[in-house]
Amino acid sequence: MSELTSLTIADARDRLRKKEITASELTDAHISAIEAANEALQAYVLITADKAREQSKAADTRLAKGKGLPLDGVPLGIKDLYCTKDVRTTACSNILDGFTPAYESTVSQNLWNAGAVMLGKLNMDEFAMGSSNESTCFSPCVNPWRKKGSTKALVPGGSSGGSASAVSARIAMGATASDTGGSIRQPAAFTGTVGLKPTYGRCSRWGLVAFASSLDQAGPITRTVRDAAIMLTQMASHDPKDSTSSNAKVPDFEKALTGKVKGLKIGIPKEYHVDGMSPEIEALWQQGIEYYRAAGAEIVDISLPHTKYALPAYYIIAPAEASSNLARYDGVRYGLRKPGKDLIDTYEETRSAGFGAEVKRRVLIGTYVLSAGYYDAYYLKAQKVRTLIRRDFDEAFKAVDVVLTPATPTPAFGIGEASGDPVEMYLNDVFTVTVNMAGLPGLSVPAGFSKDGLPLGLQLIGRPFDEETVLRAGQVIEDACGPAPMPAEWWLAEGAAAKPAKSAKPSAKSAASKSKSSAAKPKKQKKSSR
Amino acid sequence: MTIETRPENLIEGATGPWEIVIGLEVHAQVTSKSKLFSGASTEFGGEPNNHVSLVDAAMPGMLPVINQECIAQAIRTGLGLKAQINLFSVFDRKNYFYPDLPQGYQISQYKFPVVGEGKVIIDMKDGYTFEVGIERLHLEQDAGKSLHDQHPDYSFVDLNRSGVALMEIVSKPDLRSSDEAKAYITKLRTILRYLGTCDGNMEQGSMRADVNVSVRKPGDDLGTRCEIKNVNSIRFIGQAIDYEARRQIGVLEDGGKIDQDTLLFDPKTGKTRSMRSKEEAHDYRYFPDPDLLPLEFDQDYVDELASALPELPDEKRARFISEFGLSPYDAGVLVSDKENAEYFEAAAKGRDAKMVANWVMGDLFAALNRLSKSITESPVTAQHLGEMVGMIADGAISGRIAKDVFEIMVETGEAPGKIVEERGLKTITDTGAIEKVIDEIIAANPKQVEQVKAKPKTLGWFVGQVMKATGGKADPGAVNAMLRERLDVTE
Amino acid sequence: MKVNEATVRHVARLARIKVSAEEAKNLERELSGILDWVEQLGEVDTSQVEPMTRMAGMALPRRDDEVSDGGYADAIVKNAPASEDHFFMVPKVVE
Repeated sequence: MSELTSLTIADARDRLRKKEITASELTDAHISAIEAANEALQAYVLITADKAREQSKAADTRLAKGKGLPLDGVPLGIKDLYCTKDVRTTACSNILDGFTPAYESTVSQNLWNAGAVMLGKLNMDEFAMGSSNESTCFSPCVNPWRKKGSTKALVPGGSSGGSASAVSARIAMGATASDTGGSIRQPAAFTGTVGLKPTYGRCSRWGLVAFASSLDQAGPITRTVRDAAIMLTQMASHDPKDSTSSNAKVPDFEKALTGKVKGLKIGIPKEYHVDGMSPEIEALWQQGIEYYRAAGAEIVDISLPHTKYALPAYYIIAPAEASSNLARYDGVRYGLRKPGKDLIDTYEETRSAGFGAEVKRRVLIGTYVLSAGYYDAYYLKAQKVRTLIRRDFDEAFKAVDVVLTPATPTPAFGIGEASGDPVEMYLNDVFTVTVNMAGLPGLSVPAGFSKDGLPLGLQLIGRPFDEETVLRAGQVIEDACGPAPMPAEWWLAEGAAAKPAKSAKPSAKSAASKSKSSAAKPKKQKKSSR
Repeated sequence: MTIETRPENLIEGATGPWEIVIGLEVHAQVTSKSKLFSGASTEFGGEPNNHVSLVDAAMPGMLPVINQECIAQAIRTGLGLKAQINLFSVFDRKNYFYPDLPQGYQISQYKFPVVGEGKVIIDMKDGYTFEVGIERLHLEQDAGKSLHDQHPDYSFVDLNRSGVALMEIVSKPDLRSSDEAKAYITKLRTILRYLGTCDGNMEQGSMRADVNVSVRKPGDDLGTRCEIKNVNSIRFIGQAIDYEARRQIGVLEDGGKIDQDTLLFDPKTGKTRSMRSKEEAHDYRYFPDPDLLPLEFDQDYVDELASALPELPDEKRARFISEFGLSPYDAGVLVSDKENAEYFEAAAKGRDAKMVANWVMGDLFAALNRLSKSITESPVTAQHLGEMVGMIADGAISGRIAKDVFEIMVETGEAPGKIVEERGLKTITDTGAIEKVIDEIIAANPKQVEQVKAKPKTLGWFVGQVMKATGGKADPGAVNAMLRERLDVTE
Repeated sequence: MKVNEATVRHVARLARIKVSAEEAKNLERELSGILDWVEQLGEVDTSQVEPMTRMAGMALPRRDDEVSDGGYADAIVKNAPASEDHFFMVPKVVE
């Protein structure tokens, strides 16, 4: 690892301003790190080195003039769910094969406007549906962390596995991600990174490939709580193009990191002691409680009675919305088309070839629960349960300022290890999904390691639009146990050796995608010369 | 409300009389500059896919934002239909696959429409009046256009219309004949045009109707209905209903049964046929669009729109009857078209309104027909027509001369005063001049003078002679009186 | 079993996804499993509860009626699998 790639966003920002380093150096260091690691980690599905160098040069010009922007020269990875102008965007689905948007998502545009640099597009579960990143149309992304003394490839979690893996492996200083049921917080916990899922409506959904509209929310994955605050400050905005975007004022979240938590009321929900939770997670949670006591916060036992219903309700609402949101992928206007004997057959062939197993499963579940006669029994019922879940939190927040829970019931598991049972995989989201159902902000912070050396995370849940308190409280844990260290860079030694079984074909595909990105360059120049 | 079907509306079948039950779902394009959920233009035509935004093309990650003018237009229309305005309504997704439906769903309103129950009053030519209940009005997106005749193996899709705002206006099944149905949609179109919420241009597809038709024996329960999709002219609506009713009666009288079906009307054959493409798209999986919040506004907003509403045909008609003393029929004819009503009112200002109405509905309409011009293009301005009627009223010209003057006005567009002046068509009021003519005629026709003493009826012959000699410019009344005196005809 | 193969086929047809006989078998099992699992929502009494339709305190924003978008047919069709003269092309539709 080069010293440059190990910098936090906050450090890099300050050293760039002091002209101790240049944006171009920083970007080049990351690009070489990516080249050394990506074959093994498969974190990036598209590397945009030229764009990165272009942007970093511009940043250096501004910095030289002393006119640096908030994120000038900070190299970031972008989840492939974000539409990026003239840069292939697939949501890691074959159905968006070769799709090159003519537009830039609001959140990524906000980052470029702040001077950030795009390193490339990050791997994810197809359409953000998954908890292991194994359901990508590219090679599964690999967790930089391994069990002590093992060379077994572990999942980075999902759906934002590429974002978490890249940030953890120091091949991105920070990354955009998205969270519909835990897709930011669970991979952050699996990789020793910080994942922030903001309040629903805090970040615009415009240009974010939709999974479940009432739950999707963009957010950052970083290496420190401060970096998460810095990134959110730039990502968040009121967007007139998104009818669900909030016009709540966006504060400078970094200013909230005062370290003062004396008298802060921390809620501990009894319902989160679920069966099957590993004892080390239970212990981690107790440790977290101790950190807060030590810091002078007040621990309050609370009850969130409808917790156990959040996951089943989620698995009605999210697939229902997805079944409709994914209807636009019909092979007519963009993406894959597989010709059939007539129009309907073409639709069916295209969608059958374009969607992976998990996406098909959820689209079919969603279609079923919305189909004639079932709406009231499923979707409407689930939306009512959702009201109750929200009420539980409203009640709780009368007594406490933030809620502390584990982020995941287990540490990272091995690629291909999960049983075929979808419901079992869904249980990964048991602690995170309630937050999406209630539209609240949630933060996953590294809080320690499992006995065999894997990172573990704790989650903080806050009041709507009170990310500030969540971040301030999150820093207590970070201060107590320090940011997760750098994983051993086994990929440098092993190089391509440690590729997961499935990688042969799809990694050829991601290689192809790189060539596509270079093929896309002349187009880019034509546009800019207009 | 149970509707008494008028005997003339019953259809005589082999097994006796049948009753037709008709309901219309009218799709009216909202008059607005931009689309319901995007800033793209609603302009008709245009290069393929040019009035299309990323939202209309359903690109990944695109989101809808509602156009407030479309909401206002829907409320105005609801008020015009004397309907319940719902302060809370919801946009739902209607899910089905079709190439001209880019999102794979149509944003519509299902459980909670913006407008509820209302009514439309209709006056039929043959004098009877009836009421059609409005079930609901909701806002929804129009689809794009598929062209099937451009290529042997492919259909071409143009999304210019995709996302344009429509009002779906659903009537209750209160119509009992194709004539009633045609009268209803005509009246509805008049109301929308008065309101300025839809241009009612059926040729450009600004108004289309789905027609639900069923038949039954009088007094029986409703029969199974068939829906004829997308009929785009009033005439075709009539033809489609008549054909479909006959078809259903035929099936039933042959002992068959009607299966609920979606049909297309083919204007070339004048027949309806079952529609293949939509065959199994019936499970629409409606649910509230999570990209949008419920649509809410307060009563003040509705009142504000109500206070700015223009006078509607029914009110105008009532006023024409009371204020101008027109017959209900005349008033009805005049208000049925907003421009006609405005023309009439301008011409009738301070004149004999009845006479103006007769001229407008008689000579003017005939002339415009002949020239195939609309009233707004009329060579005879409302002011000129009014002036002419004024001249008749104060005897400046006779009714007979007026006919000539009017024709000249049609040709030249000149003011009646100018025409009468230049061509010396003014009525002769100088009695001396008439005396002189009378003297000449009496002198020249001793025989008739004898005759009139015996047969006073023949006085008319003298009147005719005098009028002839004066080229019609003498006042017939005055001539008559003077002749009586000269020829001392008393009775 | 909540869903049988016929249901799977019907739903797949609605969703326009072709499923092989083998996929249908697995889906039958998986969908049933998921649906059995969500059954537990039945335990919750929601008779007096309104469905959640929005985050608290938000109202539907409205735009002014202005033509502010469109006019770039090239960009609209540039990703299309088949297009001609700015039209999208699809296998012939029979009405």
